[in-house]
Amino acid sequence: MAIPRRVLADGVRDIAPILPGIVPFGMISGIAAVDAGIPPGTAMAMSLIVYAGAAQLATVQLIVTGALPVVMVLTALIINLRFAMYSASLAPHFRHLPLRWRWPLAYMLADQAYAVAITRFTHGEHILANQKHWYYFGAAVVMWATWQLSSAAGIFLGANVPPTWSLDFAIPLTFMALLVPTLRDNAAVIAALTGGAVATIAAGLPFNFGLVLAAIFGIGAGLLAESMRHRHRNRHEANR
Amino acid sequence: MSSTSLWLTILAIGFGTFCLRLSFIHLLARATVPALLQQALRFVPPAVLAALVLPAILRSGGAIDVSPDNVRLVAGAFAAGVAWWTRNVLLTLATGMGVLWLFKAIF
Repeated sequence: MAIPRRVLADGVRDIAPILPGIVPFGMISGIAAVDAGIPPGTAMAMSLIVYAGAAQLATVQLIVTGALPVVMVLTALIINLRFAMYSASLAPHFRHLPLRWRWPLAYMLADQAYAVAITRFTHGEHILANQKHWYYFGAAVVMWATWQLSSAAGIFLGANVPPTWSLDFAIPLTFMALLVPTLRDNAAVIAALTGGAVATIAAGLPFNFGLVLAAIFGIGAGLLAESMRHRHRNRHEANR
Repeated sequence: MSSTSLWLTILAIGFGTFCLRLSFIHLLARATVPALLQQALRFVPPAVLAALVLPAILRSGGAIDVSPDNVRLVAGAFAAGVAWWTRNVLLTLATGMGVLWLFKAIF
């Protein structure tokens, strides 16, 4: 099948407004890695191998505090658990594809590429089932390239400019910028508040266990809130 | 951290992350995701991202500090407001860092 250029271009067009926000994130990721003592080549490799900004930043923070490698891996994977959600959500749209397509598409999975694609697939203008992956590919590959270039720029900057300001606050700020768009309804807000509260209280626990607890309690609180909302709504409708 | 353990860590994270990304796309190409699992997964991003943000803002010097003395809390609050209204990453960053430096310079 020839490349459906229109669909591909749509993907690129739809991710374009989001790219300016990815650039500072990538740069901070690169600068932070180098500032933490990671050699530039290794930092770039991490950016290519992991390709997950939030996890990369958390890992870098843990390197600075001297955490155990096992803790770093577990922390990173908990942070990246959301990719399983994206995977579950996109899987039906890629069902028909051979493995040689599905694996690269999976590798490029990222928050914004996912958001753009799922919006188009579920609410947007119709795309032929066998062309959907082209839309996603357009968005995902442009975002991937932007991230890698920004990270490289940050790595280069970090390696050549002495760290003058404390950029470590920039890291939680970028997490915050990622968090806000996920707060789409009350249940999500409750999940966030619970996760945040548990993480804050349990911050002293060893092995970064606070994060695991926060995830468990946060998800639980979200599910509870959602089931209570359904029950309330059903009761309300039954009483009418 | 030694170079070897750093590389092993990176590779482990990379491999694990790729497995997460590939999971359903590879496996469930012919099946559907159980509803409860889908619901639960939906709350992973807010719970985990908030778990990363709030301790950094609410804790100062190793303990929880919700007083106005906590500069990060103040800066974070402003940044959160900007994030909510504009959904713009650059503005959020600029606001948070700007307020932080401003307060550090003044007080």
